[in-house]
Amino acid sequence: MEKITFEQLQEEIFHEKMTNGLEVYILPKKGFNKSFATFTTKYGSIDNHFVPLGKKDYAKVPDGIAHFLEHKLFEKEDGDVFQQFSKQGASANAFTSFTRTAYLFSSTADFDLNLKTLVDFVQDPYFSEKTVEKEKGIIGQEIKMYDDNPDWRLYFGTIENMYHNHPVKIDIAGTVESIAEITKDLLYECYETFYHPSNMLLFIVGPVEPGEIMEKIRSNQEGKEFQSPQEIKRQFETEPSDVAVKDRTLHMSVQTPKIMLGIKSADLNLSGQELLKKELTVSILLEMLLGKSSPIHEDLYTSGLIDQTFSYDFTQENGFGFALIGGDTAHPEELTAKLKQILFEAKTGKGISEESMKRVIKKRIGLFLRSLNSPEYIANQFTRYAFNDMNLFDVVPVLEQIEFNDVLATTERLIDEKFITVCQVLPK
Amino acid sequence: MGISLDTIKKNPGYSVHIVKTAQYKTNTLVLKMKAPLKHETATYRSLLPYILQSNTATYKTTPALRSYLDELYGASFYVDVAKKGEYQIISFVLEIANEKFLHDSEPLLEKGIAFLADVLFNPKKDGESFDIGTFNNEKRSLQQRIQSIYDDKMRYATTRLVEVMCEEEPYGIDALGDIESLDSITAESLYSYYKQVLVEDEMDVYVIGDINEIDVQKLFNQHFKLPNREPERMKSVQKKVNTVKEKIEEMDVKQGKLNIGYRTNIVYGDPDYYALQVFNGIFGGFSHSKLFINVREKASLAYYAASRLESHKGLLMVMSGIESANYDQAVTIIHEQMKEMKQGNFSDEELSQTKAVIKNQLLETVDSARGLVEILYHNIVSGYAISLEEWLKKTESITKEEIVDVAQKVELDTIYFMKGTEV
Repeated sequence: MEKITFEQLQEEIFHEKMTNGLEVYILPKKGFNKSFATFTTKYGSIDNHFVPLGKKDYAKVPDGIAHFLEHKLFEKEDGDVFQQFSKQGASANAFTSFTRTAYLFSSTADFDLNLKTLVDFVQDPYFSEKTVEKEKGIIGQEIKMYDDNPDWRLYFGTIENMYHNHPVKIDIAGTVESIAEITKDLLYECYETFYHPSNMLLFIVGPVEPGEIMEKIRSNQEGKEFQSPQEIKRQFETEPSDVAVKDRTLHMSVQTPKIMLGIKSADLNLSGQELLKKELTVSILLEMLLGKSSPIHEDLYTSGLIDQTFSYDFTQENGFGFALIGGDTAHPEELTAKLKQILFEAKTGKGISEESMKRVIKKRIGLFLRSLNSPEYIANQFTRYAFNDMNLFDVVPVLEQIEFNDVLATTERLIDEKFITVCQVLPK
Repeated sequence: MGISLDTIKKNPGYSVHIVKTAQYKTNTLVLKMKAPLKHETATYRSLLPYILQSNTATYKTTPALRSYLDELYGASFYVDVAKKGEYQIISFVLEIANEKFLHDSEPLLEKGIAFLADVLFNPKKDGESFDIGTFNNEKRSLQQRIQSIYDDKMRYATTRLVEVMCEEEPYGIDALGDIESLDSITAESLYSYYKQVLVEDEMDVYVIGDINEIDVQKLFNQHFKLPNREPERMKSVQKKVNTVKEKIEEMDVKQGKLNIGYRTNIVYGDPDYYALQVFNGIFGGFSHSKLFINVREKASLAYYAASRLESHKGLLMVMSGIESANYDQAVTIIHEQMKEMKQGNFSDEELSQTKAVIKNQLLETVDSARGLVEILYHNIVSGYAISLEEWLKKTESITKEEIVDVAQKVELDTIYFMKGTEV
């Protein structure tokens, strides 16, 4: 077990890689009632084309299967794991993203027992044809719930616009039609391939004693048998750098129109500190241009083009990345034109300056400190970062390294007509 | 176990609640302003905090104000308007880094308190009126906020249930207000309402973090000067159910939204409130509850099927998203679960796991500064002083009989169904 200390933040992390390949991290947090653990596999909705464990050829699986598997893993021959957790006073949950599936619980008592329940249920699947069929009704309603949500439709509409081939454009839950094809055997095939300990990370945060917990995890893992780790082969079709569709309009039952402008990111093979620096630099650029302290934001707000729902975000992983900017607006066309103008003018230096960059960096440091109050944030982000070879605790040092020239270069690379797309939701 | 309690200091016109804890890397300041929920003032109260947070006489524009917050290591600052029972509550929340974790050590807490005072007492104005530009921006923004309730159909269905169920009670008023009232508000009338708020609202400030209590009190004495007041208190209207209402509305949705409202006839502070919490936990509050198991897991009708309590008004609300064609089946299953509760058909295991989860939930809530403030503020709204320990202890001791007694008090009031057009 190694100990990593972050002095300025007064935090310590304990790490160990188990012999079966499982990465375990423990962050002790004194003074909290709650302990929180996430058990995550590097397997999400985009992993739909791969070589199944023990086979030779690539196979495609139905859209939405990673998310379906997440639902079904909670069910065991003798009942539901949710029941087990609540008997032990814990609350459990799970989520599937583009690149990860995470299982988690929080508890204020019986942490060791709950941790064992978490690790054991994820490592012991039980799928049957009957329960798979039953789940289709439940997930069908989950899909329809999102179908009625205009913000979700806008979000996915924008991503669909950006990508020609990459599976990031497929809704994480799939469609009612695609999940109809899911069988118990397909679930086992995905499970065996992606839930090997060497593809997973366990993160624990809370008022715990790291040495003791690590020992328990070690003996738990040594008591189980796994095949020897094997490299997972995933395949993605070549993705052109330009956007697939320039604009799309969805008509829904809304009173206020919404727009989202997407910028498709280039240079998608970054990882580690390079990726971290890029994510942070783009975030700083967007904040400088469009944040509440910018004169541009004031201008957009005062002219009635945006309201409190206006937001922007940038994210990148291996193979895809995008900036999203938008919100509710009474004037969708005008706002779209204005946002494009702002972005292109940024390339000439308008709206950005070294002084405002410094202010924004200061703000980001404060934001980071604030997020360290949240065990959920730490566990989820740490895992996401680790899967991309980044370290969450490098955020502050990397922020402090960013120079104005970095921002200029990033702006030049990011903003290009061929990377930009717009999606709108308009009243029917 | 780290269960924090607040030290309360009564100053003229407001109380300061202090919780000293080393748990967080930030200090949290929350100002709560409370007044009865009334149709005449609801929209005023919903608009006011957004004007105040936009700018001040010191920070004359939003960029100036927000730049100042950025300089304070990105202090987070936002406002919120909500109803608790038949009160409408305005909150100002400022979260600011603790200088201990930063390279330079500016006195950030003091600056935070001074900033909050500036927002509250020193608005940008023009004589006896708010700045007209700011006013117009925020009026338009609120109009879109009110409209957007309709755009999110899950939320809209919840709003419609409350409107139909509490038509003749103050609780039927939405905390955001309404478009018609908004049209009639002017920068002058809002300014005059603001002056009234400063002398009439019940005000409470919470300060949570690794702080020095004496310093904090000194800072408030210096920056927050308010006149004494006798805040208006009201007891929530408890209405008897005469006939059960059923309201079905057709809308352009792919999934029907089923929302059912009950009267619990029990509010926060009542002796059987703890049993009501456990009742809700067994019935529909969690993923081991009867609604989740029977509507979702067994019948496969829904993705979500849950219930929640409104503690100060005494309501229990069930919500579920279903195929429109399955309406009758879903309602039947939900009624059956309620009947099971009234007949005491739940196991000792259901009881003990529900208690364990409630305890866990309470302890988790107080792990976040915002959650802690919400728990503490229940006492202000209700006028009772219940400590977290007492809450935990009472919950632990609840018996099956007490829950069955509570179940007899729960009355079905309204079934609201937003039906899809595509059936």
